[in-house]
Amino acid sequence: MDQFTINLLFVGASFALYIGIAIWARAGSTSEFYAAGRGVHPVTNGMATAADWMSAASFISMAGLIAFTGYDNSSFLMGWTGGYVLLALLLAPYLRKFGKYTVSEFIGDRFYSPTARVVAVICLIVASTTYVIGQMTGVGVAFGRFLEVSNTAGLLIGACVVFAYAVFGGMKGVTYTQVAQYCVLIMAYTIPAVFISLQLTGNPIPALGLFGDHVASGEPLLAKLDAIVTELGFKEYTLHHADTLNMVLFTLSLMIGTAGLHHVIMRFFTVPRVADARWSAGWTLVFIALLYLTAPAVGAMARLNITDMMWPNGTDGEAVSVEMIENEKRYDWMATWQKTGLLDWEDKNGDGKIQYYNDKDAGMQAKAAENGWEGNELTKFNRDILVLANPEIANLPSWVIGLVAAGGLAAALSTAAGLLLAISSAVSHDLIKGSINPQISEKGELLSARIAMAVAIGVATYLGLNPPGFAAQTVALAFGLAAASIFPALMMGIFTKVNNKGAVAGMLSGLIVTLIYIFLHKGWLFIPDTNSFTDADPLLGTIKSTSFGAVGALVNFTVAYFVSKSSEAIPAEIEELVESVRVPRGAGAAQDH
Amino acid sequence: MADQSTSASSTAEADKGYWQANVRIILISLVIWALVSFGFGILLRPLLSGISVGGTDLGFWFAQQGSILVFLALIFFYAWRMNKLDAEFGVEEE
Repeated sequence: MDQFTINLLFVGASFALYIGIAIWARAGSTSEFYAAGRGVHPVTNGMATAADWMSAASFISMAGLIAFTGYDNSSFLMGWTGGYVLLALLLAPYLRKFGKYTVSEFIGDRFYSPTARVVAVICLIVASTTYVIGQMTGVGVAFGRFLEVSNTAGLLIGACVVFAYAVFGGMKGVTYTQVAQYCVLIMAYTIPAVFISLQLTGNPIPALGLFGDHVASGEPLLAKLDAIVTELGFKEYTLHHADTLNMVLFTLSLMIGTAGLHHVIMRFFTVPRVADARWSAGWTLVFIALLYLTAPAVGAMARLNITDMMWPNGTDGEAVSVEMIENEKRYDWMATWQKTGLLDWEDKNGDGKIQYYNDKDAGMQAKAAENGWEGNELTKFNRDILVLANPEIANLPSWVIGLVAAGGLAAALSTAAGLLLAISSAVSHDLIKGSINPQISEKGELLSARIAMAVAIGVATYLGLNPPGFAAQTVALAFGLAAASIFPALMMGIFTKVNNKGAVAGMLSGLIVTLIYIFLHKGWLFIPDTNSFTDADPLLGTIKSTSFGAVGALVNFTVAYFVSKSSEAIPAEIEELVESVRVPRGAGAAQDH
Repeated sequence: MADQSTSASSTAEADKGYWQANVRIILISLVIWALVSFGFGILLRPLLSGISVGGTDLGFWFAQQGSILVFLALIFFYAWRMNKLDAEFGVEEE
């Protein structure tokens, strides 16, 4: 059986499993759909939330970004896990006590203002749409590879599948489908990592292997990696090279963004008790940490393997020959990925060998001149292909490669479909039914939901063709937007007595400032070539657009504080509402809403 | 509900004490949260460079794995501590 058939078999079997579970446990009504989590054990809920939250960014993209940058991209690891501490301590228990289903309902009620609710919905739509663009980038990479077509064709096919998956609808809300998706996803991520860790370090646990010794050389793995990348003119893997201020702000943006994403927060509305909301956040992070503790090992080991492949005789020996790439079985992955257009090489100096090195490094330029090299010949290596190509690079059995295909698609599709559902319900339920046209029929509501979904996926697919960054970078922009708009409003709603005007002004200023900063660097509405600045030389000092969410959040807090201070105090019944969400007592009654 | 026998003002008083205790626990937890990530993982990494861990230093470990483990411990500690605090102040769910 060839690899293509095996991939299809694994992908097909995993989808049959999800659909089977969805049909077996189908939600009958809207309230059942939302309340799917009620009565579910915190461990099960944690697993489902982890599947919901870990997307193409975590699965497909993140390890690749770490592999080629090293320590400086640790922000992804700390940021996307540290947010759960904020969620567990500052939001989850109180929002559960409040006892309704959506974030915008809380903001509307707490700030006693339909305007606040609409503004919250707009913030959610903007952040979610940006998030979907990132997912579509990942979907394009995954489909392009497994159907062995170009990235563009993969993206278009993927968009159709995501749309069908989202319209099929209800299955997203079914907790047990997500549990199955989590199991497929985590096996697909860890099994190849275990194989690779055994090959390189002899340690079956990748997270420990990362800090273990490299079997072939006897040196510590990371020391070996530092040595070989510097020999090729790249920066040391383990050292701090990035701007510190930007790194801190980027990490903070991802953290508060995680605590501001409504499809994650929503999961904590639906656990049975306030005490469970606290435990649930912990269990979610346990299941996320299984992947996140493995990811840095995947990144470092893949970097080592790739360098070894390109320099099979060591970095001071001869580079890999074109003939080897074309004929040897262990180089087959290069030809398959070349078809997607995401990997490429060119024998620039015509010596029949492919030299991979940093041609911007002065030392290497001197060495290149001496050896007759004419620039780096591994001309393209898209970061987003690393995790998917990893088992092939390490020459693992075909079933492992098939499993990774299934896992990557599970991650990308589940989150993309979930976000589309969130966008469509925000438009049809919160915007149209909630404020524009309350008399709309159920049929009309459903139709507007479908239209919103189709528009969102159309926009995301179009922009996914020329994405503003690699999957995880685009997703980071979405987190920045959520950080600047939703998180401050929720936190002030619980911990302070900020009033309606303060909250609305805060959310709007946070969102607008952040959006403008992102558009200035990534193009207006993410349309390529309409940007006035780049992240290499940002507008404000060293602050990149991906890190601006933290600044936006600060703007939000400050504006809300001053506007609130200069206008009237909150009414007595809202004061009571704030007091009541602060204590768990009586949360049971709230379920009857 | 047990509190219905007590007067409204003493319930409010107890709730206030509960909230203050909660905010104190949150603040302590967030200091640790910031210390292991922004501190040990980024800003204070040079101070930890003398402690070597598997071919690199402790700061690298905190940035890539240690902080995540501490985050986990913090959330479970908070859940355990708050569930105990709920009982101490009699504000738990029935």
